[in-house]
Order: sequence, then structure tokens, then C-alpha cells
Amino acid sequence: MQTLTNRAKPVDRRPMTVLEKLYLPAIAKGMGITLKHFFKKKVTIQYPEEKRPFSPVFRGLHILNRDEEGRERCTACGLCAVACPAEAITMEAAERMEGEENLYREEKYAAKYEINMLRCIFCGLCEEACPKDAIYLSETFAPANFKREGFIYGKNDLLIPDPKKEPEQYQKALGSRVKKS
Amino acid sequence: MINLAIDLAFILEKLVLIAVIIVISLLVALYTTFGERKVAGYIQDRYGPNRAGPGGIFQPFADGIKLFMKEDVIPSSSNRFLFILGPGIAMTMAMLTSAVIPWGNEITIAGRTISLQIADINIGILYVFGVVSMGVYGIMIGGWASNNKFSLLAALRGASQMISYELAMGLSIIALLMLTGSLSLKTIVDQQSTGWWNFFYQPLGFLIFLICAFAECNRTPFDLPEAESELNQGYHQEYSSMKLGFYLFAEYVNMFISSALMSTLYFGGYDIPFVNDASMGQSIGTNWLAVLQAVSLFAKVGFFLFFFMWVRWTIPRFRYDQLMKLGWKGLIPLALFNMVITGLIVLIKENGWPF
Repeated sequence: MQTLTNRAKPVDRRPMTVLEKLYLPAIAKGMGITLKHFFKKKVTIQYPEEKRPFSPVFRGLHILNRDEEGRERCTACGLCAVACPAEAITMEAAERMEGEENLYREEKYAAKYEINMLRCIFCGLCEEACPKDAIYLSETFAPANFKREGFIYGKNDLLIPDPKKEPEQYQKALGSRVKKS
Repeated sequence: MINLAIDLAFILEKLVLIAVIIVISLLVALYTTFGERKVAGYIQDRYGPNRAGPGGIFQPFADGIKLFMKEDVIPSSSNRFLFILGPGIAMTMAMLTSAVIPWGNEITIAGRTISLQIADINIGILYVFGVVSMGVYGIMIGGWASNNKFSLLAALRGASQMISYELAMGLSIIALLMLTGSLSLKTIVDQQSTGWWNFFYQPLGFLIFLICAFAECNRTPFDLPEAESELNQGYHQEYSSMKLGFYLFAEYVNMFISSALMSTLYFGGYDIPFVNDASMGQSIGTNWLAVLQAVSLFAKVGFFLFFFMWVRWTIPRFRYDQLMKLGWKGLIPLALFNMVITGLIVLIKENGWPF
């Protein structure tokens, strides 16, 4: 019979020899193997102190981005909500008033922007759909919560810190996934 | 005239010794649970528990507190008295064996010579066997009183396994007794201190004793009474809280005691290897010698405890018919063969090599 790989081995059905029936050599061999593993380097990652680095294409929690002057980029066009296959995104648009030019980049902005993290499948289609580079997926994941309401992330949770007021936290939140524009 | 006066100091001395040995064996058993988890972890390329305290050394206490805090369920269909008696017997019988094991030579405190052995009775080994076979009752009563089919099956398995392996164990010991000519553990240790360890005279006997000790302690590869894939949890299925803890704990105390027994019978007990104990005692004093001897014994016990765990995390469980086949068709004939050979050699030796 043609085998798929050359690793296949026929089953050895010969009767056991006396030495094999004694089991003790096999047991000694097995104990040698376990002893070798005893001194091996452990593969455990000690979680809270040590963290496994995420891959560069990891898609985690969403972040609503700001521009260099700290203005929100989102214009509440709704393309992300349309693109979302899980229908996790809802938003309400509002018009920018006089004197709010330092807060919002365009004339229209999202007064309310919510993502239900229980519905979200972290596919990243919202990030692809966004014409303003306003939303992107970061390198962290949603922490556990006791209530379902806790998983509905509003603008407070999603917005990136202001690059002018809190530049360090901004850089930390920015991560390496954001498109540099 | 028989002196009937009660030696108060003697009673006090023994009570203190009993308390110390019970505390030590409980502590050792406590840390054996921790060691088991650590060894399991290391063998499986993990770290094992390392969160409670530095390196996880408070883990056994956390486990104990957790067990005490759990709800203590007594099933309504169970026999209440026996249900509570079961773990008690298991624990007591596990502890009782430690009475005849010599933990060290004599120490002298305030002019009194105190033997580091609770009772040096001249039938030490018989006593050990008597107590060990009582240990079956802990499992048997617990499994039966639970009024649960799985528990009962597990208890039956445990009982038949322990009785079968006790036979081979006894036969392997007989060969040893032919050499030593004494049932007192202290005498056996003294003989080994001056001559070779019994292991070198009785390697086959030791192997049989070792395998039987595994079976007696219900340890892998003979842990059929608690084969979770077949019997859920085995004889302690209905137990919870500290009653369950007692059963689990009794297993570790048993391990400790049988390790101590193996060291005593075959590996020279408290004898310090490569050193003439008597001459060493003269140079550093008998008290320090006794301490070193106890350390030596505990090192041997520690090795055997590790060996128990090492085997547990290496070898898979036997099937029940295989277990019985090994016990009755494998070990008992082998032990009988060992006995005959030993008897022959002893006989020839006593006749002064007539060939």
C-alpha cells in the first residue's frame, strides 16, 4: 500500500521476549525519560510577571485614534458599523459646534460610539473599512468582567489618550499596529 | 519481686517522642503532597505550584485551609458511624507503624539515655504487618459506608489488591529474616551498621518488597482503588472536606512510613553510609551522632519518597487482571524462589561450605 508519509511504521506483533515480559528494562527506560524531563528547561510562562509577546498581526481591543493635535479622527460615517459582520458597533453622529475645533477634526463627529466586545469577533474589518484611520485594533485583549454591560465599550474606554496632554500613555496605547499616516 | 512502680519520666519521655514523631510524619506527609505536585510539574516540563510563599512553600497549608473550609457532606443513605470511622482508621493505621521504626541511635539528655524509637519490640516486623493489614479496613469501611456502587467496587479492589500483595511482601521479608535472625527493627539496623546493607544480600527481595510497597500504598501503577477513569474517584468518592483530606493524607503518611521501612530493612536505616558510626560517635559525641543518623535516615526516606513520585509520573496504571496476575503469578513465585535460595545459602553457610 502506498503510504502518505515515510514515517509510518508497521505494528510489531511478534510475541514478547522474556526480557520484554519482565517489564523492568522498559520501566527503567521510561524513568530515564522522565528524569531527563525533570531537568529540562520549563516551558511555562509565569503570566502576570512574564507575558508572551503578541504576534505583529494580533488583533486585540479597538482603539479610537486621535491625530497629532489630539483631535478625534472619527467622523461617524458608519462605514465600520456597516462593515462589521457581527454588528457589534453602534454610533450616533453629532455636528461640531463653534469652538470645538480642537476636539474634533471634521465637522461631524461621533457623539456616542459603542462596541459590544461580546459580539465582536476581532476580524479587523472595521479597521479596513475606516477611511480616516480612526479605528484600529490594538495589541491587548478585553479583560474579564462580571457583568455583560461591562463588555459594552463606550468612547471613554476606546479613545486613545490625548497625545498632547498625556504623551507617554498615548505612545503606550498606540502600539505598533497603527498605520503611520 | 516485680517492680510495679510507674516510671513517670519514662512515660513522659515516650509521650514526647510520640508527639515529635507524629508531628514530623505529619509535616513530612504535608510536604510530600507539595513535593508530589512539584515533581509532577517538573517531570511534565512545568513548575508546579509556586505562588503561595517563596517557591510555593506555603502551598500545603493553603491546601489544608481549603480542605477545612469545604462543606462536609455526609450522604443521607450512608452509614453515618462507619462513614466517619473510615478515614479515622485509615489515618490512625498509617501513623501507628511509625512506633517501631528506629529513627536514630540513643541520645543522652540530663543523664538519661533515650532511644530514638518509640517501642523496640522484639516482633517489630510482625507488628508492622499487623498494622498494615489493618489499613485495608480504612478503605473497606469507607467504601462500604458510602453506600455507592463505585465506592464499594473500589473498596473491594483495594482490599483484594492489598491482601494479594501482602503475601508477596511477607514472603520477601521472610527471606530477609532468615539472614538477620531477628524480628526487631533495631537489631536489623544494628546488624547493617556493622556489616553490609541488606540490599546487597537481598536485591530480589528488595525489588519484590518495593513493588509490594507501591501496591500497599495504593500508588501508581497500582492505584486501582482510585482509578478515576473507571470508578470516578474510587473509595473516597462520597467524601468531602477534611474526611477526604484524611484519606489523601493517609496515603502520604503511608508512603512516608513505607519509605522509612524500606530504608530500615534494606538500606541500613539510620546507618550513615561509608562511615564507621561507632568510632564517629566517640569523636563527636553520641548526641550529635544520633542527629546525623536521623538526618541520614531522612535522606534515604526522602530519596524513596521521590522514587514513589517518580514512578507515579512515569508508569501508567495496571489493568486489574494484570495486577492480579503480577501479584499471584509473578511476585509470589518469585518471592518463594528467593526464599528457597536464601534458605539454601544460609544452610550451606552454617555448615561451613562443605564443598
